Amino acid sequence: MPEQQRTLGAAEVEQLVEREYAYGFVTDIETERVPPGLSEDVIRLISEKKEEPQWLLDWRLKAYELWQGMTEPDWAKVSYPKINYDEISYYAAPKSAVKDGPQSLDDIDPELRRTYEKLGIPLVEQQRLAGIAVDAVFDSVSVATTFKEKLAELGVIFCSFSEAVKEHPELVRKYLGTVVPHTDNFFASLNSAVFSDGSFVYVPKGVRCPMELSTYFRINASETGQFERTLIIADEGSYVSYLEGCTAPMRDENQLHAAVVELVALEDARIKYSTVQNWYPGDKNGVGGIYNFVTKRGKCAGARSHISWTQVETGSAITWKYPSCILLGDDSIGEFYSVALTANRQQADTGTKMIHIGKNTKSTIISKGISAGHGQNTYRGQVKILPGAWNARNFSQCDSLLIGPDSGAHTVPYIDVANPEAQLEHEASTSRIGEDQLFYCRQRGIDPEEAVSLIVNGFARDVLSELPMEFAVEAQKLLGVSLEGAVG
Amino acid sequence: MTPLLEICGLHVEVEGREILRGLDLEIPLGETHAVMGPNGSGKSTLAHVIAGREGYEITGGIIRYQGEDIAEMEPEERARKGVFLAFQYPVEIPGVNNTYFLKAAVNEIRKHRDQPELDAVDFLSLMKERVKLLDFDVDLIKRPVNEGFSGGEKKRNEILQMTVLEPTLGVLDETDSGLDIDALRIVAEGVNRMRSPERSFLVITHYQRLLDHIVPDRVHVLQDGRIVESGGRDLAHRLEAEGYTRPAAVPA
Ligand SMILES: Nc1ncnc2c1ncn2[C@@H]1O[C@H](COP(=O)(O)OP(=O)(O)O)[C@@H](O)[C@H]1O
Ligand SMILES: [Mg+2]
Repeated sequence: MPEQQRTLGAAEVEQLVEREYAYGFVTDIETERVPPGLSEDVIRLISEKKEEPQWLLDWRLKAYELWQGMTEPDWAKVSYPKINYDEISYYAAPKSAVKDGPQSLDDIDPELRRTYEKLGIPLVEQQRLAGIAVDAVFDSVSVATTFKEKLAELGVIFCSFSEAVKEHPELVRKYLGTVVPHTDNFFASLNSAVFSDGSFVYVPKGVRCPMELSTYFRINASETGQFERTLIIADEGSYVSYLEGCTAPMRDENQLHAAVVELVALEDARIKYSTVQNWYPGDKNGVGGIYNFVTKRGKCAGARSHISWTQVETGSAITWKYPSCILLGDDSIGEFYSVALTANRQQADTGTKMIHIGKNTKSTIISKGISAGHGQNTYRGQVKILPGAWNARNFSQCDSLLIGPDSGAHTVPYIDVANPEAQLEHEASTSRIGEDQLFYCRQRGIDPEEAVSLIVNGFARDVLSELPMEFAVEAQKLLGVSLEGAVG
Repeated sequence: MTPLLEICGLHVEVEGREILRGLDLEIPLGETHAVMGPNGSGKSTLAHVIAGREGYEITGGIIRYQGEDIAEMEPEERARKGVFLAFQYPVEIPGVNNTYFLKAAVNEIRKHRDQPELDAVDFLSLMKERVKLLDFDVDLIKRPVNEGFSGGEKKRNEILQMTVLEPTLGVLDETDSGLDIDALRIVAEGVNRMRSPERSFLVITHYQRLLDHIVPDRVHVLQDGRIVESGGRDLAHRLEAEGYTRPAAVPA
């Protein structure tokens, strides 16, 4: 494709760069943080700041002790310089938020309010946003949660994790670590030791949560990591749809985001968990960006329970993430729908695990990987059928789309079947955006970038259609923006 | 008056191989011209060069549209100025809804003509009207662009797009191939309805059959990368009877 001939003025160049990542600004706010480095004292300090009960501190310390003897996993197809865990600060919070906690929406620091407005997440309970309740997590703390009272009328608990520890300790204690134990893996153990905040959801028996619940994660402070923990419990016969979004400033340093998400669906319950991940991906040359090393797992504990993960991963320098389902209850269903896009120097190693334990369990995996520039995209997925999982079924489809000659796509399926009745289907494809497709669009008057965005969105359609409406629109735009400059 | 399309002594190379070798062609506004020629003579190459496809290197000669040299013009810009190519082999775009695609194209073109964009409702009613005229299966407009379409459906989809985009120059590259006689008649009617003093067509075909339905003002014979003969509509009949026997004037 011919290069655009005209030269751009300095202002235009700046605008183009800006456009590449729209959320790269920094909020100038007084931050309280613990000095870099990890030790028992730091963990005690975090626990103390949050006024936690002894059992939780003990749990953290157990995880820390274990973590010290663990080694960072190296099996993923990603490469990055060694992380020095002593250079990271494990707790940073806006002073204003620490002082009073995330109590009243009216009392939020105006600077924080402005930040979320700029991100397109106004922290108000407006009519227009009546369908979505938001928990806003800023660095290590939750700064506000909307519609809490309204939800409470139905018995739905939606609050920050810290608040849940104080207000609903019995629930937290009962379920924390039951899906992702503190022993699970290097990053999960680290998270268990130092997690600072996150969201907590409990939907009582038979309640269909009337609005989308969402958490918006924002990393702001430099040289810090974000280690949030989310726990969602859907009691018998309940339903909840939960969304998460995330952004971070543009910085030359890499920042670690090691989160844990646990979902528990009891009998006949359904949890729909959607992610639009747009952490700062680093610049064209791979400088900066978030390391997104996340453990997400759902347990279909009860019969006929149903968990769906839908993710649109466009951000982060490195993504290491495998939202999984443990299909314990008979007739339970697990689903994983994923679009992962890597451009420039981004690397993603993502996929899922479907562990079939109960009878008649069913899982579906639809993965769409898009690689542009020097982006590397790996789908890594495991389907495991245990001996007792009679009549288990899985359908997997993994498609890759390559843009440009330097991008890469890899598919690594692991299949482990210990029941003779299991039915598994696996389809995979790799295609390239063809010059013929581009020309076809351009011949109809559509410019090349728009054409790529169209083709990519078409490729990802089966996954995007799983997202709640307003997020599908956002995700579509995001896929387009992330690919700007991928052609030409 | 300047012709709508004016091609003089055009030489075009594809992957280092010369395909068009001094091609001359003029199409005045309001006229429909046919280009006929054997397989491999360069018909599709001509169509692609007019539309501005990359990889077709102009090594000599001139190509003007509306009096403007368009050799360096991007394909989307040509499209916005009214050049439409009905592809010999229409391309599939998986997952992209046909209606959505066409709406994007229409609005892109309208934007560049300073016309207001059509909203979904207006567009859909326009689309429905055109679909009916072409006897096109309504279900197809909801499906992804050309995905799983039969050969004939793809060709008809091209003409549907043309009737919605209302170009100034419509280039039809072997639109008749893959169409049965009924479909051929419907497509020809669609094209004929669009013929006007403000619009020209370049109808590329291998057979004269299509020209019984779309009667051209002029017929040109393309052989070995150049127009070797031009004439009235009777030329098409003669070619049908005699075949493309006439050798190129100067062998390569
Ligand atoms: N993309 C291409 N790469 C290489 N050769 C090509 C390409 N397109 C066309 N050609 C060659 O150019 C010649 C003319 O092709 P084409 O214009 O498609 O002819 P027609 O449409 O008249 O059948 C043929 O010999 C064909 O093989
Ligand atoms: Mg041809």
